[in-house]
Amino acid sequence: MNDMTTFDVEKVRRDFPIFSREVHGKPLAFLDSGASAQKPTAVLEAVQRAYAETYANVHRGVHYLSQASTDLYEGARETVRAHLNAASIDEIIFTKNATESINLVAYSYGWTNLKPGDEILLSTLEHHSNIVPWQLIAEKTGAVVKAVPIDAHGEFMMEAYHDMLGPKTKIVAVTHISNAIGTITPVKEIISAAHDAGAVVLIDGSQAAPHMKIDVQDLGADFYVFTGHKVFGPTGIGVLYGREELLEAMPPFLGGGDMVGRVTFEKTTYAKGHSKFEAGTPPIVQAIGLATAIDYINDIGFEKIGAHEQALLAYATEQLGQINSLRIIGQARHKAPIISFTLDGVHPHDIGTIVDRGGVAIRVGHHCAQPLMDHFDVPATARASMALYNNRADIDALVESVKSVQEIFG
Amino acid sequence: MMDELRELYQEVILDHSKNPRNFRHPEDANHEAHGYNPLCGDTVSVYLKMGHNGLIEDAAFVGKGCAISLASASMMTDIIKGKTEAEAREIFDGFKKLVTGEENDFDAGEDTDRLMMLAGVKEFPMRVKCATLPWHAMTSAMDEKPEVTTE
Repeated sequence: MNDMTTFDVEKVRRDFPIFSREVHGKPLAFLDSGASAQKPTAVLEAVQRAYAETYANVHRGVHYLSQASTDLYEGARETVRAHLNAASIDEIIFTKNATESINLVAYSYGWTNLKPGDEILLSTLEHHSNIVPWQLIAEKTGAVVKAVPIDAHGEFMMEAYHDMLGPKTKIVAVTHISNAIGTITPVKEIISAAHDAGAVVLIDGSQAAPHMKIDVQDLGADFYVFTGHKVFGPTGIGVLYGREELLEAMPPFLGGGDMVGRVTFEKTTYAKGHSKFEAGTPPIVQAIGLATAIDYINDIGFEKIGAHEQALLAYATEQLGQINSLRIIGQARHKAPIISFTLDGVHPHDIGTIVDRGGVAIRVGHHCAQPLMDHFDVPATARASMALYNNRADIDALVESVKSVQEIFG
Repeated sequence: MMDELRELYQEVILDHSKNPRNFRHPEDANHEAHGYNPLCGDTVSVYLKMGHNGLIEDAAFVGKGCAISLASASMMTDIIKGKTEAEAREIFDGFKKLVTGEENDFDAGEDTDRLMMLAGVKEFPMRVKCATLPWHAMTSAMDEKPEVTTE
């Protein structure tokens, strides 16, 4: 049965030990991967091995284990480079998470290059982590933050964007996929238009990384960030891709060991390449775990993952759509498997508490995207976010649980 | 599954959340505070008209929130009206211990039974802040601290 075209979701589920457990006496229907994804055995074993068999600090020892650990850590960087199709390993910087990656660019690139009156363009879809760092830098530099609007379906408005782009635009920072409503933005067109206007572009790929192939050279991205824990890797590891010529001209973000050339009290020179931005002992084991997670998804392949997820999204949209008084927030043409919804007369927190008792894990709240909630004039939504390991039974459990919410609320 | 949920979402709670009492902004209020839960974005503004000797002559609220926070605010404003500031604070102290599960014995005199309706919250630790937010706003209003958050 080695049919390369099939995707066996039940086999995938067996790769994730968490699915053998129950919650409140029910099978776990985990629909909160947009907040953080579950981990396959391969990642758990890689983390265990890295600590049990090869652990030592990197880049500083002459002993055997330090070399072994360094090889694995730098091997992880090469895995990420190949995965993103970056031109050089010096374009791959390991951080703590996507938030730190964005802050690194905001402080190092933004603080250096922005002048009073310059404009930073974001979109209404952004997560707070792609808003607040830019506001902080705007305060320091006198630059102005503006948001490209979205339409009633939750689509990024290209026309408005073209109108807003101009000689003052210096940075465009936009999400690849909305964490709250699933909209996939046309990043390639967004980047090309920004470049025509002379701006550099950062893409927040935190939600895209688990669902689609990312080719930073094809997209033309100047900076691309994602976080490890949403792509089935450990927490505490994030990635910043940056074009080499931009990174070379940028000052360090954090100072410390491992990012220096020569240190004296009079003057310190900095390391070159990715090392300049990796001060202190890095997240060694987390990077190794992330590389294993990337290998895991590439072994399955994004073509199959995407087809499975899109079929599941269509099923979930149809099933939830049949529930009276349920409103799906965000109906973009191109969506990742994320469904935000509200129920008339029931607050999302009450939905979350009740479906939880049915073993269904969803996120409720503003999803760290309050400007987006304001756009749709809701304080909060309930969000089901799917991943490669979800099946129809998970969706059925959600639908049943939502019906029990209605029973309780009458 | 349903037992604990029925305990949490009793008819009385649902009734208070769907038809909250004292849901208004009285013009003659002389104390007010705005409560905010940054985790969920819920808001509640509590308005008090305090007379001489710490008597709460009127209590009302306006806000957006879940069934638990709306019901709690609705009951609270009903209960504290006509009581003194000290009495209201004492009821909150006991109520806080009840919903956090710290103490099962709860005595708020004639208001005991009504507030016991919210005791189901203790089985849902993530929801305790929903139940206590309006009460925190009430004490902040008395203390003349206009803003309060759950975090």
